[in-house]
Amino acid sequence: MALEAQEVEKIAHLARLGIDPDDISEYARNLSDILAFVEQLNSVDTRGVEPLAHPLDATQRLRPDVVTETDERENFLRNAPLTEAGLYLVPKVIE
Amino acid sequence: MEWETVIGLEIHAQLATRSKIFSAASTRYGAEPNTQACAVDLGLPGVLPVLNAEVVRMAVKFGLATHSSVAPRSVFARKNYFYPDLPKGYQISQYELPIVHDGYLDIEVDEDTVKRIGITRAHLEEDAGKSLHEDFHGLTGIDLNRAGTPLLEIVSEPDMRSAKEAVAYMKKIHSLVQYLGICDGNMQEGSFRCDANVSVRPQGQEAFGTRAELKNINSFRFVEQAINYEVERQIALLESGGTVVQETRLFDADRHETRPMRTKEEANDYRYFPDPDLLPVEIDPAFIAEVTQTLPELPEVKKQRFMDDYGLSAYDAGVLTATRELGDYFEAVVGVSGGLGKLSANWVMGELSGALNKAGLEIGSSPVSAEALGGMLRRIEDGTISGKIAKQVFEALWAGAGSADEVIESQGLMQITDSSAIEDIIRGVLENSPKQVEQYRTGQEKVFGYFVGQVMKATQGKANPKQVNELLKKMIND
Repeated sequence: MALEAQEVEKIAHLARLGIDPDDISEYARNLSDILAFVEQLNSVDTRGVEPLAHPLDATQRLRPDVVTETDERENFLRNAPLTEAGLYLVPKVIE
Repeated sequence: MEWETVIGLEIHAQLATRSKIFSAASTRYGAEPNTQACAVDLGLPGVLPVLNAEVVRMAVKFGLATHSSVAPRSVFARKNYFYPDLPKGYQISQYELPIVHDGYLDIEVDEDTVKRIGITRAHLEEDAGKSLHEDFHGLTGIDLNRAGTPLLEIVSEPDMRSAKEAVAYMKKIHSLVQYLGICDGNMQEGSFRCDANVSVRPQGQEAFGTRAELKNINSFRFVEQAINYEVERQIALLESGGTVVQETRLFDADRHETRPMRTKEEANDYRYFPDPDLLPVEIDPAFIAEVTQTLPELPEVKKQRFMDDYGLSAYDAGVLTATRELGDYFEAVVGVSGGLGKLSANWVMGELSGALNKAGLEIGSSPVSAEALGGMLRRIEDGTISGKIAKQVFEALWAGAGSADEVIESQGLMQITDSSAIEDIIRGVLENSPKQVEQYRTGQEKVFGYFVGQVMKATQGKANPKQVNELLKKMIND
């Protein structure tokens, strides 16, 4: 499967990556190679094989419904570039 | 052309746990911003989600109560999108293998129509944080207390055909999750909200029309309004030669319209994949059996029992079992009244519900206790007061004037059942109304009601109406 430039741009947009238009054709080539490599798996007959959700042969451990976390707001807020009134401030996003 | 409306609902019920779905931070509502958002909720590097056992139990309860299949193995998936109140850049949800699937719920559309609504699936997921757009020098404030709050998303089949049916279904789910104790149902606080998928098609056509998704509706009234507006919009659009676009729309309650959300291209390209941080959840039959033991009496079972035990109509039983609190109150009234099922139903659904509605109160905060109401019904039954006087007693109970017996005693409302006393009054009325007596004797029997009215007036409503009728009939013909 060969990717078009347009698809590369879409993937970059969904991942919020800024890419140099000059690099698009190389990305397209590299990504297409990766897809071609993985596509070899399609030659395996997987009828009757249950899809794998996780490589470990284990099931989810559960934790009891108990609150053990304490308020660490001041520590966490210190890592943010902008805060006010206990809130993290980010560029305006409104739909 | 005749159009048919097709509606499917996605309901988000916030599960009533103490801690979050994947972290041990508190879910308590109304805390100071970001004081209940821990490293896991913030999506800091190196943290791992650990699933809360209680959310699994609650989802299984819901599955059992809706005749659904509980998946022996379900998987969490990442739903990828960027928004500042979603710190990880993905929401942990379930996609291909939800924990609950293929169930149904019966709804009462009106007094004699029951309709079965299919439940496609119910899956577990985490809620996002909250964005505050006002007043931060052109910036947006982010509160992540709600991030990681457990949600059960309940997806119906497109089985509803009117806004009314959609509301009936939503109310039924709302009641059920509260019966089960898995959600507090508080719509103001966002614990219970709904998206509606709405489309129209020509009557008789099999294929569905293109649907619009109405987002985040948080009241029953708004669901009905939003759907009705959207249906009108789509029909007008189609009849003028246009086409409906599949899109997400917001309901504006103030402007009475739905309008499109400004959506970027590829907005719905979520690129789901199984979350490698979480293992498949396995549920064995022993656990299901254990949860089954803890189920309360469900609304439909209670409804049938009310019909069987108290001789109520399906409609009355449905109304009285709409919430667990109302059912409990009704049964307490029946108990105190000494088993007067029908009379209790009439008073709870009539006078009491009317007064509560008017005062904007829930049954839980009724000024008239079940003991007080049941005590009054006992006095109707034993003839101490008439049904009419009872309304007066009820008002006094509502105003906090004590028990029914105290009210009857202090206001002298006891019914007059002494025949000779009533006869004296009737005699007086007849003597004062020679004209009407003449009319009656010449065949105008409808003046009979006038005499009854006069007697009741003379006794301030305290005479036993049945007795008045009998005695009057006898005396007027003498």
